[in-house]
Amino acid sequence: MNTEEILKGLYDETMVGNKPAVLELTQAGLDAGIAPETMLFEALIPSLEEVGARFERGDWFVPEMLIAGKAMAGALDLLRPLLAQTGVESVGTFVMGTVKGDVHDIGKNLVNIMLEGAGFTVIDLGVQVPPEKFIAAIEEHQPDIVGMSAFLTTTMPMFKANINALEKAGLRDKVVVMVGGAPVTQEYADVCGADGYAADAATAVRKAKEFVAARRAG
Amino acid sequence: MHTVLSSSRASITIGPDQPFCIIGERINPTGRKKFQEQLRENDLSAIEVDVAQQIEGGAMMLDVNMGAPLVDEAKLLGEAVTLVQSITDVPLCIDSSVVEALEAGLAAYEGKALVNSVTMERERIDLILPLVKRYGAAVIALPNDEEAIPEDPQRRLELAKRLVGIATEEFGIPIADIVVDPLAMPIGADHTLALKTMDAIHLISTEIGVNTTLGASNVSFGMPDRHTLNAVFIPMAMQAGLTSAIMDARTAQIVTAVKAADLMRGNDEWGANWIAAHRAKQAAAQTAEAAKA
Repeated sequence: MNTEEILKGLYDETMVGNKPAVLELTQAGLDAGIAPETMLFEALIPSLEEVGARFERGDWFVPEMLIAGKAMAGALDLLRPLLAQTGVESVGTFVMGTVKGDVHDIGKNLVNIMLEGAGFTVIDLGVQVPPEKFIAAIEEHQPDIVGMSAFLTTTMPMFKANINALEKAGLRDKVVVMVGGAPVTQEYADVCGADGYAADAATAVRKAKEFVAARRAG
Repeated sequence: MHTVLSSSRASITIGPDQPFCIIGERINPTGRKKFQEQLRENDLSAIEVDVAQQIEGGAMMLDVNMGAPLVDEAKLLGEAVTLVQSITDVPLCIDSSVVEALEAGLAAYEGKALVNSVTMERERIDLILPLVKRYGAAVIALPNDEEAIPEDPQRRLELAKRLVGIATEEFGIPIADIVVDPLAMPIGADHTLALKTMDAIHLISTEIGVNTTLGASNVSFGMPDRHTLNAVFIPMAMQAGLTSAIMDARTAQIVTAVKAADLMRGNDEWGANWIAAHRAKQAAAQTAEAAKA
């Protein structure tokens, strides 16, 4: 296989979520001397972007998005150490958690898989995450974005509480805050002082990338 | 086990030997942008359409949820309950995660309501179960605690057992007034989750003996042709022991599947309900035909 065939194979097999084939092709690419960042930026990420676009259009469905994300994450496990060596800038770092008082995590986990698939480094704090834990994680990992998930109208107010805590800790300007979850709306995100909201995992990834691009440009 | 809910003029019995209790899910602003905007303007008129469509579709109870962001949920839920009771006799399920809203809904309600819901979280238990007791209501119990929503059916059974134990022993709520929700998860996120729900329903209904309910439409989230998935999932859950569901009561495909399952499960004597529904459909078709001619 030549470089072009390997890159095309990576793109196609990632899109259909064929994890074993993606791993094999990633290894084949490394053996053939293709640069890790070439595989990442010219095959894997564009493939996941196409998956996200199809999902946002309503043509593709949650399981298809999930397996594509997982296939991509498998390739990244191989590539990440090499990318670090060559000093390739990561797509971005994302600290994620379900807010205090809330134990719902299916939607949050879906977003995590898609973010990892898109090349983000994701630090998942789990469920029932109190403000101090968000703050500690932000101080430790210095993420581009912190994501907060809430599934209940009673736990949504924790967004504001967390954002207040970030302000108090002097961290509010250092990180983009994104919020989401079933009852959350753009209006609510605006009122609670978040920077961004997304209704689904594909949109969350697209917006996260836009935020990182804006941060790096600014 | 029979769970009896009522309005001031009608009642319904949930139980394994009863036709499956269809609880309409529609009066809920989650994911309904226009309805949310209306609620922010204190406009409840959409509810009248929701009630009519669900009753027409076959709902035997209605869930009422006013959980929109940036509204006074307690005030709205009280008003919504009064409005719904002014246009239908079916008993209601009063649905909120806000304790004050549950209280306002219960205060406005005439009859014996079903409260949605309490979890195995001590703080929630101590706030919600006294309300349930005070208003003589029944309650939906969810088997999740402060730590997690467990996937494992055995763990869900354990949490449900503890919650039922606390409700009956500490708060004196009759076991017949506790309906456990064994938790429906989206099949699109993991294709093994529906079977876990089936196992949890079976364990909870046989080992605790309580009635059960599910937010059934969850199962098809993120998938195409949700109606068919819902229409298959609910009858399967019925065979595992499910006795009610908060579900899409406006889609004939789903409601008809439930009615067929009632018959197959021996809860529609001589198929009388099934045949009557057929006749009603025929009559409606003839009327429509005559109107055209």
